[in-house]
Amino acid sequence: MEFDKRLDDIIAVHAGREGPLLPILNDVQAEFGCIDEAAKRQIAHALNLSRAEVHGVVSFYHDFKAQPSPLPVLKLCAAEACQARGGQALADDIAAVAQGKCVIEPVYCLGLCSVGPNAMIAHDVHARLDAPRLNALIEAL
Amino acid sequence: MQIRVSDDALAIACGADRVADALAKAVPDADIMRVSSWGMHWLEPLVEMDGLGYGPVAVDDVNAILRHFHQQSNSTDTINQLEDKNHSDRDTLFIGPVAEHPFIARQQRLTFARAGKTRPLSLDDYAASDGWTGLDAAHKIGSDAIIETVTQSGLRGRGGAGFPAGIKWKTVAQAGSGQKYIVCNADEGDSGTFADRMLMEGDPYCLIEGMAIAALAVGADKGYIYIRSEYPHAIAKLNAAIKLSAHLVAPFIVEVRVGAGAYVCGEETSLLISLEGKRGEVRAKPPLPALEGLFGRPTVVNNVLTLAAVPYILAHGASAYADYGMGRSRGTMPIQLAGNIKHGGLFETAFGITLGELVNDIGGGTASGSPVKAVQVGGPLGAYHPPSDFHLPFDYEAFSAADGLIGHGGLVVFDDSADMLKQARFAMEFCAVESCGKCTPCRLGSVRGMEVLDRIKAGGRGGDSVENLPQMHNAPKDKARSTGDELALIADLCETMKFGSLCALGGFTPYPVMSAIKHWPKDFTAREFTA
Repeated sequence: MEFDKRLDDIIAVHAGREGPLLPILNDVQAEFGCIDEAAKRQIAHALNLSRAEVHGVVSFYHDFKAQPSPLPVLKLCAAEACQARGGQALADDIAAVAQGKCVIEPVYCLGLCSVGPNAMIAHDVHARLDAPRLNALIEAL
Repeated sequence: MQIRVSDDALAIACGADRVADALAKAVPDADIMRVSSWGMHWLEPLVEMDGLGYGPVAVDDVNAILRHFHQQSNSTDTINQLEDKNHSDRDTLFIGPVAEHPFIARQQRLTFARAGKTRPLSLDDYAASDGWTGLDAAHKIGSDAIIETVTQSGLRGRGGAGFPAGIKWKTVAQAGSGQKYIVCNADEGDSGTFADRMLMEGDPYCLIEGMAIAALAVGADKGYIYIRSEYPHAIAKLNAAIKLSAHLVAPFIVEVRVGAGAYVCGEETSLLISLEGKRGEVRAKPPLPALEGLFGRPTVVNNVLTLAAVPYILAHGASAYADYGMGRSRGTMPIQLAGNIKHGGLFETAFGITLGELVNDIGGGTASGSPVKAVQVGGPLGAYHPPSDFHLPFDYEAFSAADGLIGHGGLVVFDDSADMLKQARFAMEFCAVESCGKCTPCRLGSVRGMEVLDRIKAGGRGGDSVENLPQMHNAPKDKARSTGDELALIADLCETMKFGSLCALGGFTPYPVMSAIKHWPKDFTAREFTA
């Protein structure tokens, strides 16, 4: 019930807007860490869409997850500008250390391309990373 | 004493918040202003004290730079030595007057005129630095004259396509009456680009003013800014700025919409469909968004930099802008120096500067100190250029003629450790990951492209079980498919993707792939095939 109530609140905030689905999905993902079947059904019902339509949108976008991540998520930039600054080698180095502590998600570009390799944890950005600095970030999670 | 530290996301990622806190503790009576970034990223966090700059500053450097600053301001005739010998290297953090730094002095900043100088959300700072004068002028001259001014300025879409902004606006203005929209494309997904982000974080009112002018020109009353979710700082700044400036642009209403991690939503039709709350699948044009855009209504879709260039044009006149540049590329371009480059950052200058000047003279070559091997210009869909292309002037047509594109103006420098086959494969992989899936050349071509490049790396392949059947009369039996055969195959595949894809994602992925093969053929002959 608590879940339904919070979901209804989110839907109510956006219901009057033009094209309300994406803002709703962004808020649901932020609130619950995922957009599950129950949420899709409830959103579809509220917006007079089919469940398939909502599922189609949810599955299209990288940010929307089917289940919440069991561990904190560290987004590590995997795009060209960070590659040119040793990003790939850093990702390889850190994979073993991160095991069991966090999920390393590749992300394509954080817009800090002159000071890479870069990472983002929640909304915090970190630049000029090397193995020791990234290690420290992971330890502090 | 006035101390300025940027609150740009890049400065924060480099530790600017901690440095600002340390300064506030060390100098409790100082006026610490959080301003936009000058765009000298290798110097961030940059601390500016009464106009004098220090960077990059760490928390541990705070006392040393304060001591140095006081010596500087107390004695002008002697070269100061820091007392603390342990921190003698802190002297090298001193860069002199920031505004006179060669990196800044060489630029022609029109769109980024306020960078480093104003507090992003201060309406007073904005008004005191020429803010709203473009909108005032627009109110005075009216729709037709606004469009004429923008057309005369030669402003072209800064998102990459380079379509003349004035013509787009005219189409929307003439598209009857009723609901129209201004949509700002702030889905800056290209690696190596950050000018949109810097502008939205550093000068949000400039973008809002540009949108309000566009709204006056075409008769729109609603604007959307579609920002990628990877830019939380820009989202927060713009939301705050929209609230604070609502009364100044009324009855025009601006709203931020946040993306959800899909690169393809930077393509205009995909962006509009995503705004409507659907899967961000590209659609064919026509109908043009200018006639049938958001919710089927006439819509102006412009990049952040295009809209942010407009206030200057309205305030100072079309020719003040058009006097900069070369050929059909008029005005200035905020160029972004990124990747393995010594002096990375934002460099706004008139079109026509050469690639070599940007990389070597201004960028200082590679950060690693090794020779430059390749420069990717225009994001993940842009070509890789070798140093032999350094004579190319930064101009839409010149890059197009050299089988490249300037795109959104991002440069990513690679040193000689780069493996161009790996980069070509990444281009295909990126296309496969980000494809919206609507058209076959992009959706399947990118996956097949990865496979072909993997086989080139492996040196070709032998005949498969079907090819080896006796009834396959024309299939080669005894000889493997060589690297040369695979290279011919990828050239053919790239041709299909280039001309058969619905949008630039599949259509331009061949640029990085084919340029890598053309300029660095040695990287594509990994080893001979042994059966």
